[in-house]
Amino acid sequence: MKARVTVTLKNGVLDPQGKAIEGALKSLGVEGISGVRQGKVFDIELETSDKAKAEAALKAACEKLLANTVIENYRVEIA
Amino acid sequence: MKSAVIVFPGSNREGDVLRALKQAGSQVEKVWHAETELPKGTDLVVLPGGFSYGDYLRCGAIAGRATVMDAVRAHAARGGLVLGICNGFQILCESGLLPGILMRNANLKFICHRQFLRVERNDTAFTRAYAKGQAIDVCVAHGEGNYTADEDTLKRLEGEGRVAFRYCDAQGHVTPDANRNGSMNSIAGIYSEKLNVLGMMPHPENLIEDLVGGTDGRGLFESLVSSFPRAA
Repeated sequence: MKARVTVTLKNGVLDPQGKAIEGALKSLGVEGISGVRQGKVFDIELETSDKAKAEAALKAACEKLLANTVIENYRVEIA
Repeated sequence: MKSAVIVFPGSNREGDVLRALKQAGSQVEKVWHAETELPKGTDLVVLPGGFSYGDYLRCGAIAGRATVMDAVRAHAARGGLVLGICNGFQILCESGLLPGILMRNANLKFICHRQFLRVERNDTAFTRAYAKGQAIDVCVAHGEGNYTADEDTLKRLEGEGRVAFRYCDAQGHVTPDANRNGSMNSIAGIYSEKLNVLGMMPHPENLIEDLVGGTDGRGLFESLVSSFPRAA
């Protein structure tokens, strides 16, 4: 079983990296972009084929390590 | 007094802090991150600066969950002293021993320079050798030192007198110019609720010799050592 975890900064948390990327895109002449927020993607292989077990393991992974919930949100998608 | 300096893969300031502790009169032992216990009789645990685990995932995130951190948490819960400097501060935040997080510097640059800090209180085990409001001359070297916390946490830290140091100028004035990494409320270091855990971004361990430009960092280590009766 495969899963993808996406970790993003919460709204309101300053993202200087996103801002710098936004500025770089502007200077490259890429038009129509009004904001960039940078996040992280984790592609995870699971041993189990039980969806409930996979969800529980992924939630634990996110809460314990992958996301710092002080500043980040996470989203889990199971393929 | 006995200190334990925890070494993670990628720590690089353990030698400096070991020297500063010895100079102040502490016995010091290095402890590898995979240990499950601290040396018997440890009074102070130090998490040194560096780039533990190459700053992978988030600064301090993986070290904050290392085996030895359970022993450090237990030590802190017993009221034992814990000091985290630079990456050590990031590790304390990631391990849940201190609130908030150190984000990328607001100007996105790695900063490395001499820096004055205002000592916010001198009635803790870490600062009794300083005067309240004293501006101490130390240095900073970090890319992620921008202290960030939610509004409630910040209010609690301020209300409970848990800000240890603020970035200031040579006269002790806390100015926006002195706050080069963009930290909320110019915070350079904070205490835990019981004031026995201190996390700070600047490096007092690097200003302990006239030969390298100053000795203002000594006070912190002398404060710690003076908290314990001298071994015969």
